[in-house]
Amino acid sequence: MRVGLVCPYTWDVPGGVQEHVRGLADALIDLGHYVSVIAPANEDEPMEPSYVVPAGRAVAVPYNGSVARLAFGFLSASRVRRWLKEGDFDVVHVHEPAAPSLSLLACWVFDGPLVATVHTAMPRSRVLHVSAPILQSALEKISGRIAVSEAARTTLVEHLGGDAVLIPNGVSVRRFEKADPLPGWPADGGTLGFLGRIDEPRKGLSVLLEAFKLLAVERPGLRLLVAGPGDADEALEQLPAALRGRVVMLGQVSDEDKVRVYHSVDVFCAPNTGGESFGIVLAEAMAAGAPIVASDLDAFRRVLRGGRAGELFENGNPADLAAAAARMLDDPVRRATLAAAALVAVRDYDWQVVARDVLRVYQAVAPAAGRVAAAAL
Amino acid sequence: MTSLIVIVVLALIGVYVSWRAGRLDRLHARLEAARFALDAALVRRSSVALELASSGLLDPATSVLLAGAAHDARAAQTARELPESDLTRALRAVFSQPEFRASLSGVQDAQELLAELEGASHQVFLARKFYNDAVAATQAARRRWLARALRLAGNAAMPEFFEIDDSLVPAGEDDQEADMPHLTT
Repeated sequence: MRVGLVCPYTWDVPGGVQEHVRGLADALIDLGHYVSVIAPANEDEPMEPSYVVPAGRAVAVPYNGSVARLAFGFLSASRVRRWLKEGDFDVVHVHEPAAPSLSLLACWVFDGPLVATVHTAMPRSRVLHVSAPILQSALEKISGRIAVSEAARTTLVEHLGGDAVLIPNGVSVRRFEKADPLPGWPADGGTLGFLGRIDEPRKGLSVLLEAFKLLAVERPGLRLLVAGPGDADEALEQLPAALRGRVVMLGQVSDEDKVRVYHSVDVFCAPNTGGESFGIVLAEAMAAGAPIVASDLDAFRRVLRGGRAGELFENGNPADLAAAAARMLDDPVRRATLAAAALVAVRDYDWQVVARDVLRVYQAVAPAAGRVAAAAL
Repeated sequence: MTSLIVIVVLALIGVYVSWRAGRLDRLHARLEAARFALDAALVRRSSVALELASSGLLDPATSVLLAGAAHDARAAQTARELPESDLTRALRAVFSQPEFRASLSGVQDAQELLAELEGASHQVFLARKFYNDAVAATQAARRRWLARALRLAGNAAMPEFFEIDDSLVPAGEDDQEADMPHLTT
């Protein structure tokens, strides 16, 4: 099948949607399909991987409460039109179609089988409410809708009507399975790990720092490895000065180093307090074989098989997190058992599996092209 | 004789104080008028932006972007500075596309709407400048010891500056030394 994927956000900035598009593209190519991805990016920079086509300038604009780098306007629209013409796709799959960027433009200019995946949950979004009439005419061309979570599906139904099939995010298990730990890690006295925006309260770093305070007293060698963008100094203010030296803030890390971070810790902590529709970070840690302690959000509970593939603690409770982490740190056998169970559980979320579900959607909206592709399944 | 002098001095003080109070009152009236003008200019700008967004003249991505920013600006009751600045930034992003004007040159109604939006943006720039001017004058007058000691301003809240990004010329491209913002043509 010839598949065109449209990514609305700049390719060179890490993000959940970009990660999703890349994982899906790689899996589809592995399954024998032709894939081309268009994304906002400057044309003079070489694109990695080679199936990515730059759509030209991405502009930083305020959107939905933060600043996003998007591609919009008639020039971007004509680039999309040219890409569609040259690609001659059997199906075009746009991501986050309501964002004012390439995906919406692709819906606007493409006449053919269209599939769209909604990623973000925006409960009662007033922005969506205002723009619904504008979106309507472009979005009604979409024949197959996918939501990555129940919350994303609700957003779609509430604002734009229609229904969607639920296909969760995938994780490229292969990419995370093997990696060398970062030099000097894990520390001899035990290492806790965290990955995510450090200044986003819902990622729960402050809960982990409180737990670290409790643990650090009795474990002088214990260290905390934190990877993710945000103001490190501000985050560390929460800790007494004596403990700050035992927390290492890596800041934003490359894709390669991210994998190594998972391999550099004794216990990976996911203290998210909410808003996490699926927890891609959790699935990545599972794929890397890291023993996991996670908050007992519904989504996390489900991914961790109710606690059989990782320890759960009471959401937002640092004492409970500290207790769970201590149990893990003191019991290497339990760590190994949970990590092994996690590696099995995460197979369900492997892109190789998820991409097959996506292909079924393609076949449903483009039956003629799907018949050829069915042989490749 | 002494009592006469005391009476005269008291009368002079009274005249002076009432003159200061009257001046403060006039400043407050000017401030109110400026606030009203600023509010009207902001509302008009977001309305015209919303009209352009829903006109169907632009591509849907640009329209959604503008509609969102205009709506946020208009819906904000308090803390308006951030959403209004965001609207400016959204407008700047839309208007600074190369050949933006040219792409709409043949389209009916487009030039009219763009001109109206440009006019509304100018109005915001001017109204904000004059409002902040009035705020500065009022603040200075109210900080005088006499105004503070006798509470000449009564219970009126101390006015605050309205600080937003209202320049429609992208930073660094300000080639003309003009004071007025211009949408790129």
